Amino acid sequence: MDFRLSEEQEAIRAMALDFARDELAPHAIDWDQQKHFPVETLRAAAALGMAGIYIRDDVGGTGLTRLDAAIIIEALATGCPAIASFVSIHNMCAGMIDRYGTEAQRRQFLPRLLTMETLASYCLTEPGSGSDAAALKTRAVREGDAYLLTGQKQFISGAGESGLYIVMARSGEEGPKGISAFIVEKDTPGLTFGANEKKMGWHAQPTRAVMLDNVRVSAENRLGAEGEGFRIAMAGLDGGRLNIAAASLGGAEAAFDKALAYVEERRAFGRAIGEFQALQFRLADMATDLEIARTFLWRAAAALDAADPEATKLCAMAKRFVTDRCFAVANDALQLHGGYGYLADYGVEKIVRDLRVHQILEGTNEIMRLIVSRAIMGRK
Amino acid sequence: MTNMRSELKRLMHIVVCIKQVPDSAQIRVHPVTNTIMRQGVPTIINPYDLFALEEALKVRDYHGGEVTVLTMGPPMAEDALRKALTYGADRAVLLTDRHFAGSDTLATSFALSQAIAQIGKSFGTPDIVFTGKQTIDGDTAQVGPGIAKRLNLVQLTYVAKIASIDFSARKITVERRSEGGTQVLESKLPCLITMLEGTAAIRRGSLEDALRAARSEIVKWNAAEAGIEDMTKCGLRGSPTVVKRVFAPTPRAEKAAQIDTTEKTVRDVADELVTSIFTHQPALEHELSSSRSA
Repeated sequence: MDFRLSEEQEAIRAMALDFARDELAPHAIDWDQQKHFPVETLRAAAALGMAGIYIRDDVGGTGLTRLDAAIIIEALATGCPAIASFVSIHNMCAGMIDRYGTEAQRRQFLPRLLTMETLASYCLTEPGSGSDAAALKTRAVREGDAYLLTGQKQFISGAGESGLYIVMARSGEEGPKGISAFIVEKDTPGLTFGANEKKMGWHAQPTRAVMLDNVRVSAENRLGAEGEGFRIAMAGLDGGRLNIAAASLGGAEAAFDKALAYVEERRAFGRAIGEFQALQFRLADMATDLEIARTFLWRAAAALDAADPEATKLCAMAKRFVTDRCFAVANDALQLHGGYGYLADYGVEKIVRDLRVHQILEGTNEIMRLIVSRAIMGRK
Repeated sequence: MTNMRSELKRLMHIVVCIKQVPDSAQIRVHPVTNTIMRQGVPTIINPYDLFALEEALKVRDYHGGEVTVLTMGPPMAEDALRKALTYGADRAVLLTDRHFAGSDTLATSFALSQAIAQIGKSFGTPDIVFTGKQTIDGDTAQVGPGIAKRLNLVQLTYVAKIASIDFSARKITVERRSEGGTQVLESKLPCLITMLEGTAAIRRGSLEDALRAARSEIVKWNAAEAGIEDMTKCGLRGSPTVVKRVFAPTPRAEKAAQIDTTEKTVRDVADELVTSIFTHQPALEHELSSSRSA
């Protein structure tokens, strides 16, 4: 076993780190403060191949692995976790179309998604069903060669700005087997959006409710077979969870680096605070946590790439562990900054706010424990 | 006729000399010893060399041809070459040999010029050799002209922009920044250009470019492979420059004076400034008034 990245992986990592340093980090605090969604910057990332990281290359995708994607998202998140996370969500949606879409769907939608001329949003959660996703109530009623979708989706990242929505809706019986997935375009009549939610972090991307009122979607835009939607939605999430974990990791690294520099500059009691062993030990623990998180994240990503039967469990473990530990590291970095860490200008409190939601979305960390315990105990 | 046709058909070959340097923006000075803390400082491609590379790539994209990047340095300088390949260079040559250690600008320009001659033999004679105007670590601006002199190339220094190239007529027009304005210079090819910070933004390699760069073979030459015979001109032996002392600038004891400009006319401010200067430099006032009367 060789724990080193390959030369190719080192190269894509360096490239993504450069992009994060030059194009994301200098603006991250501003975007957060102004609640600005930098679509042009996203398109610049897309032009470099970051909108279709694991999309097959016949439609212009970059054709990389999940492990490569985790490396790229981690690097982007050192500049801005909120933007890295949106890149992750967009890649997840594109990946679902690439993997489960028909040839016609792939050719119709993926080229636009790969340039980010069209952004994509993932619509599973509803006001009344979050963790209990299989209980969703949005209905898809078949009418001739189309479906009429009616219902509401909640906490949708990119909603209102995205041009394409992957909507999970009930086309049949109760439970997971009655759910189908649909590709819905923004300009479809009956599709409307709520106000941009006021939230704790992730200010650089909008979050809105998505309302569907008899939205007519051609049967040609159903993704996968009828009743396959829940499985597709969950399969997308395995990789999505790795990426969200990677975004936490990159954010925590950035916060850690800020703390490392700060303790050498800040003086108290006649010396740099970095000379106090209590703080040195804290930094040692933070660095160790980051290393563990990264090693395990890569292990889970490699399992998903290898279609390991344990991949879902490992992805859930990684998502829970990495997002929890990295939030703690970022929060410690804030603490090491003292009062300055609480000020927006230092950029640490922003990372803490951004990373907090990673413990909640793409399946809460409680649901991750549920997935893991089911897997290890063999229960349903 | 055959010769002429093959000359016309020949694609342009551009060599860009780059150097891996410490990222000066990330160098910190030790607060107590005042020495530069080099540990853990990441390396970058010398920024002026990046502008040179960007200009070379633009010329190639427009006229066709190939860009070869060349660096002299330790084996780790390969990282800089890979990055240059990511930006779109076609070929990379690493000139590395322990005998090059301790080279000053004289020895460096000797070794690089020999390597460029070897590149010419192996991959086609270069039409343009680019360097940055200077490196941010050495700041001498001597290596580019040194190469030009040794290879007998026309040297166009401090170039801000390439205005046009007529490859079939073997002519190039550049804008050169000089004191008092911009010179528009026409030259024959081949030539050597040292680039200022360019007008265009430096391109960014895509993920695919990064992958291609990682998969590329880098040409590695030691002194002998680069065709260097006279080793007395290399490394410390070939370097007459002796660095006697390195020191950090001493901080000035006096703070800059401030003039409050809020409720004053421009004339008042100017008067106050001149008075203040003369107070600090009484000799200057005397000198100025005597030169005026003379």
